[in-house]
Amino acid sequence: MAAISVPLHSEPNILSRLIGRPTSAIGLIVLVIIVAAAILAPVIAPYAPSKLSIASRLHAPSLAHLFGTDDLGRDVFTRMLYAARTSLSVGFSVVVLSSIIGTILGLTAGYFKRLDTPVSRLIDAMMAFPDILLAIALVAALGATAVNVVVALGIVYAPRIARVVRASTLVIRELPYVEAARALGVPTPVILIRHVLRNVTSPLLVQGTFIFANAILAEAGLSFLGVGISPDIPTWGTMIATGRQYMDQAGWVMMFPGAAIVVTVLSLQLLGDGLRDLLDPRLAKDI
Amino acid sequence: MLRSILNRLLGMIVVMALVVTIVFVIVRVTPGDPAAVMLGPDASAADIAALRSRLGLDGSIAEQFGRYVLGVVQGDFGQSIFLNEPVTTALAQRAEPTFFLTVFSLLIATAIALPVGILAAYKRGSIFDQATTTVAMFAASVPSFWLGLLFIQFFAVRLGWFDTSGYGGPDASFAVRLNHLVLPALALGLVSSALITRFTRASMLDVLNDDYVRTARSKGMSEWRVVLKHAFKNALIPIITVIGLTAALLISGAVVTETVFGLPGVGSLVVSAVLRRDYPVIQGALLVIAGLYVLVNFAIDMLYLVVDPRVRY
Repeated sequence: MAAISVPLHSEPNILSRLIGRPTSAIGLIVLVIIVAAAILAPVIAPYAPSKLSIASRLHAPSLAHLFGTDDLGRDVFTRMLYAARTSLSVGFSVVVLSSIIGTILGLTAGYFKRLDTPVSRLIDAMMAFPDILLAIALVAALGATAVNVVVALGIVYAPRIARVVRASTLVIRELPYVEAARALGVPTPVILIRHVLRNVTSPLLVQGTFIFANAILAEAGLSFLGVGISPDIPTWGTMIATGRQYMDQAGWVMMFPGAAIVVTVLSLQLLGDGLRDLLDPRLAKDI
Repeated sequence: MLRSILNRLLGMIVVMALVVTIVFVIVRVTPGDPAAVMLGPDASAADIAALRSRLGLDGSIAEQFGRYVLGVVQGDFGQSIFLNEPVTTALAQRAEPTFFLTVFSLLIATAIALPVGILAAYKRGSIFDQATTTVAMFAASVPSFWLGLLFIQFFAVRLGWFDTSGYGGPDASFAVRLNHLVLPALALGLVSSALITRFTRASMLDVLNDDYVRTARSKGMSEWRVVLKHAFKNALIPIITVIGLTAALLISGAVVTETVFGLPGVGSLVVSAVLRRDYPVIQGALLVIAGLYVLVNFAIDMLYLVVDPRVRY
């Protein structure tokens, strides 16, 4: 059943072309470094993430503590590495979940003419809610856990995927080869997966990259507000929330996690821009 | 024209109805009984039943929905559990800071983005253009609440130019309140200017090479007039769209930024409502903000009809 998998035929090609562009190359390299640092956190981290040391609380950055220590004497650099694990996996899970929901909605609206109007109106209505606000409400209803933050943000960003998938599906549906497949009596699910979905992967990949960036910002916002992931778990957002209380004496506690967000989101955006220019020439209008 | 307006109006009403439905559903996805969750483990059965009826959670789902819709249509969003006042009153009291914060941020964002975006497109490929693109992308990556914290630290604490937090109390003059809005509006506006700048630049690039721009130039018209009158006017539609979109994003940003700056707005109301599980307030805020978004979108669609006579719905 190799045919069911949806490979990007030109994947090696795309990768080399991405690296050929200075901006997307930088984005990709920085992102790889951040992901590697997150995965290798237990190896790289100089201390244990929750090792308390009252004697060394709020120490300024030094050789012993690269990014200083927080109010409980915990090493900020170490905690940032562990926070990267949470923030990145939340962001990535949001991309996966919103892609699944959004693809189903988008394929339905785009392929079945009768369902287009109701599904599209539902998408419009969901897009009417500001992302953080809807996420806050959903997390409030579901309960504040990391999984529920992913569920909430997945629902919040699904309409964006749905719009992109719907737009592509509308075009692909009318293409001769899809018509031919229909005429040959290929079952609809097979047409949808083999012929429509695999041609939607490019815009999906582009949109997914931007949603990754947005999800990281949104998760940080929720955690900062204290309505998302529990403050005991280090994420970049919760670290900023802690550091905020000691901003006057120890700016580094909130400064470095914020910088980590900026760098990660920026590299995702650079990568997303590069992917869009390469994969979606219609949209590659110097935006 | 009339047909287009009616078409859009109908679409808007359908979306509004769906928005109300979504808001209704959100509280119902709470695992377990929201009333029991709100009152905690020690509550008596009678108290829980009383709160259930206050929350409109008694009766069948259809009954609950009917009651909710009927209330919303009449402008009754229910009672806040903790503030002991109607949700509409609570929202109205908190509307001012949020409104001004959104408007000022949008003004700041547009005031930066339009000239910068136009100039970047006009001088395409120049150092200015490249710097603009880079800075815009950078700005879009900064969490507005974090930028707000940095602003507080620098402008309020270190330089002492502004108050660190609050809205100046209930009797504060407009000037004092304005002073409290400067930093949050700047933080939000700077971050949001990125998107508008990118779109302005892109849509200006689209039109700057068009025939009529060349014609205008060959007529000997001044560059100033060519760019602003002929090109900009035609680039306006995508720009209006993205400004409308930014307005919606700003409300989202306002939720977090208000909390950072201690502004007593709708955003901080929602956050405290979440922490206290005051569901009617969360629902009311969602309803009002999503409703406003739908209205703004409708207004933008109507604006298209005016700006571009070719547009039909």
